[in-house]
Amino acid sequence: MSKNIFALAEALKKREISSFELTAACIEEIEANDEGIGAYLTVCKEVALEEAKRSDFRRAEGNALGLLDGIPFSLKDNFCVEGIATTCGSRILEGYIPPYTATAVKKLFDAGAVLIGKTNMDEFGMGSFTENSAYKVTKNPINTEYSAGGSSGGSAASVASGTAVFSVGSDTGGSVRQPASFCGIVGLKPTYGRISRYGLTAFASSLDTVGVMAGSATECGLLLSCMSGKDEKDATSISQASFSAKNEGLEGLRVAIPRELFELPMSDSVKAAMEKTVTAFESLGVSVDIISVPSLALSAECYYIISSCEASSNLARFDGVRYGRRATGCKNLDELYKKSRTEGFGTEVKRRIMLGTLALSAGYYDDYYGRAQAVRKRISSDLSSVFENYPVLLMPTALSEAPRLLEDRVLSKVYSDDICTLPASLCGIPAISLPCGTAKNGLPVGIQLVANRLREDLLISVASAIEEDINE
Amino acid sequence: MNNNVNYGAYEAVIGLEVHAELKTKTKIFCSCKTDFGAPPNTQCCPVCAGLPGALPVLNEKVIDLAVLASLALNCEINGFCIHDRKNYFYPDLPKAYQISQLDLPVAENGYIDITSDKVEKRIGIERIHIEEDAGKLVHSEGATLIDLNRCGVPLIEIVSKPDMRTAAEAAAYLEKLRSILLFTGVSDCKMNEGSLRCDVNVSIRKKGDTGFGIRTEIKNINSVAYTAKAIDYEIKRQIELVEGGMAVERETRRYDEKKGITTLMRKKESAEDYRYFTDPDLPPFSISEERISRIRSSMPILPDERAKGFTKLFGLAEGDAKRLASSPDTADYFEAAAAMTDYPKILASLMLCELPVISADEDQALSIPHRNIADLCNLQGSGKINSSVSKSVLREMLETCENPHIIVKEKGLMQIDDPEIILSAVKKVFAENQKAISDYQNGKTAAAKSLVGRVMGATGGRANPTTVARLVEDELKKIN
Repeated sequence: MSKNIFALAEALKKREISSFELTAACIEEIEANDEGIGAYLTVCKEVALEEAKRSDFRRAEGNALGLLDGIPFSLKDNFCVEGIATTCGSRILEGYIPPYTATAVKKLFDAGAVLIGKTNMDEFGMGSFTENSAYKVTKNPINTEYSAGGSSGGSAASVASGTAVFSVGSDTGGSVRQPASFCGIVGLKPTYGRISRYGLTAFASSLDTVGVMAGSATECGLLLSCMSGKDEKDATSISQASFSAKNEGLEGLRVAIPRELFELPMSDSVKAAMEKTVTAFESLGVSVDIISVPSLALSAECYYIISSCEASSNLARFDGVRYGRRATGCKNLDELYKKSRTEGFGTEVKRRIMLGTLALSAGYYDDYYGRAQAVRKRISSDLSSVFENYPVLLMPTALSEAPRLLEDRVLSKVYSDDICTLPASLCGIPAISLPCGTAKNGLPVGIQLVANRLREDLLISVASAIEEDINE
Repeated sequence: MNNNVNYGAYEAVIGLEVHAELKTKTKIFCSCKTDFGAPPNTQCCPVCAGLPGALPVLNEKVIDLAVLASLALNCEINGFCIHDRKNYFYPDLPKAYQISQLDLPVAENGYIDITSDKVEKRIGIERIHIEEDAGKLVHSEGATLIDLNRCGVPLIEIVSKPDMRTAAEAAAYLEKLRSILLFTGVSDCKMNEGSLRCDVNVSIRKKGDTGFGIRTEIKNINSVAYTAKAIDYEIKRQIELVEGGMAVERETRRYDEKKGITTLMRKKESAEDYRYFTDPDLPPFSISEERISRIRSSMPILPDERAKGFTKLFGLAEGDAKRLASSPDTADYFEAAAAMTDYPKILASLMLCELPVISADEDQALSIPHRNIADLCNLQGSGKINSSVSKSVLREMLETCENPHIIVKEKGLMQIDDPEIILSAVKKVFAENQKAISDYQNGKTAAAKSLVGRVMGATGGRANPTTVARLVEDELKKIN
């Protein structure tokens, strides 16, 4: 069961519990049960307990830093933290220890949050079920025969299992939102550039965002206000990016559901969740219309080309020369490159590197990368005009609840099933996944709200207004 | 040269790609220093090392310098520019891509005017773009070491149009480019430290043809002289290939300085595919009109204009003026010292003819205080010392840093103008050199010159040479 930051902050303030006790309890829980879930790749036991003690000391001195001081959190293993192993779920970064800490994580440290461990993920973020990690498969804590989703599956599982109060993940094409929906928690992907990417290992630089996972939308808002802001080390970070939550009334709000996503084949439980949400909106006096945005149908093709192109370039630096795993017994430089990369990368990563390399090559560039960029622009401008009339969009987060782990899958379907989370990624706009009841088998189901650029304030107040109603 | 080959039937088509390191204190995408010669890997950070999660942030100073260079090279500035990734694997390139510019570089369509073989010619500039330098590989026995200090040092690449036809033109272009980059302070242009590097594209064609032949590229030549030699060799090699019935192949070559030849590096059978695409980590940047005019107004006077000024203000010969204006240090020095003397031509001659003979080290030569060298010009120009004394005083000045007035006074080097004193020296020399006099009487007029020389010697070189010549002539007439 997930824990609530505000409730814990209050308990810490009232000295009903200490950060040390809270942190120790999380670690005990990990030690007792995480083997069966596989949420963590690294548990920072000593450092976490040390930091927790420091937090308690600050509080005793009357110098508590704020709501996050002493709160244990987990971090996806693609964020760099000085002195702590960072593998990105890949063999090729085996043994790599970064010499610096990501800006987003540093901001949490500065607020007193306690890093409890690094979570499992699909290798370099490439996957939808956290089955593509070189180290382990993460299972859904609600039912371990099912997937926790991906690529931030470890993060979602850590929050859902209560071993971390919140988690920081990365969302390139839905990697925070989809596992949040599979695990029954809230996942927020902010506006591109709102939280610095400095120190987040790049997968697809124009799509990568730092996302947060917690038990409720307001908690996500709190985390966003802590981590957002311009970073002089990230040229794509936005200058007016600091976030503060506003509580707006929903009166007169208009919500739209894009037909192109609503008419896709979806599970009964997702359909029911969508209907439930519409009812919740209507009971609050919010009208919900079905509209058409034809370009959204091209989201998956567009996303997989662009993200793979960027990944082929971003992942070229992993060559075994300077850090990470280097193949042995190589006769020359070419062999060193080939062998290190062949041994170091998993199948899915290799597939995307090949796909991206091809799509950027002379003779293919215009047909693939060039056209995908044009489609991306089109989707972006189409959604911009939708936002003029409908400030919030409602769509499923995923087309079904979590699938069984490691079942046979058709790759093209795995890719196209991501379609609901891709438009917000391609447009760099904020989106939040909210838990919305359960399927017959007891697995959680999620719905997604999407707003215009930098409108997390609206997104979070709307989400807060409906989240209890829809998750009864 | 091969006697059976008709070299004269061909002409070369030459284009240069010059990389100049920009004179910024910090790197192009991070705040590491750019000092040359620091211990290996002491000037690098996660960004230079391409560590996971590190991101580039553009140093604005780079744009200022690139725009300054572009204006000085008469280019059109692009108001909107993007950064592109050039993808390739090499151990000196930690990210496995170089951040460069492809479609929208900082500037395009410029030119510079050169003089080669006394003929003026305009050489076009295709484009100027900004990019990051790579690291350095140090090969030692059994291992290759990587020094990342140079990773991310800002560069501009200046691509000429294929407008040059001879090695001499290419050398003149390179010299001119170098002096413009020096004058604008864009680069320190030290070819030996690699802050100015040159790649050369050479092809040949039959004279009168207008198409282009297959070109070869000679990479990374590190001096103007070697650039000229490499081109000459390459032209000869290509002509001999074609005349021998073979074809020039598209390939990359390197220049072997010791042997004076170019050798094959790699064939370019298929064009390398760098899979350029816009770098998503760096937003596009625009260069505003305001910024351009601010930079334009800070533009120092460039070498050509400076030389014209020297001719006009100081009456120097055009060649002398150009030589003095070819480096900012020399030009500044000349200008400062010339303001302190009425004899700028003497100054020019001392700087161009005497100083390089006395000292090969230009920095040392230019360490003589302006006041002192101006005083020396005044002493010589006003006839207080003669030109041969002037030379030896200059040498003394360089060694002792003393003012010429003091040297002249202490060593008693003032010119002797008093005809009485000179006449007695002449008489003394005549008395001691009867043979020269009889030679003169027998028609050997050259003997008069030797007598003048002896009088000069007898006065320690200090006698006014004109007076000596006149008195010697008078005395000889009397004897006749």
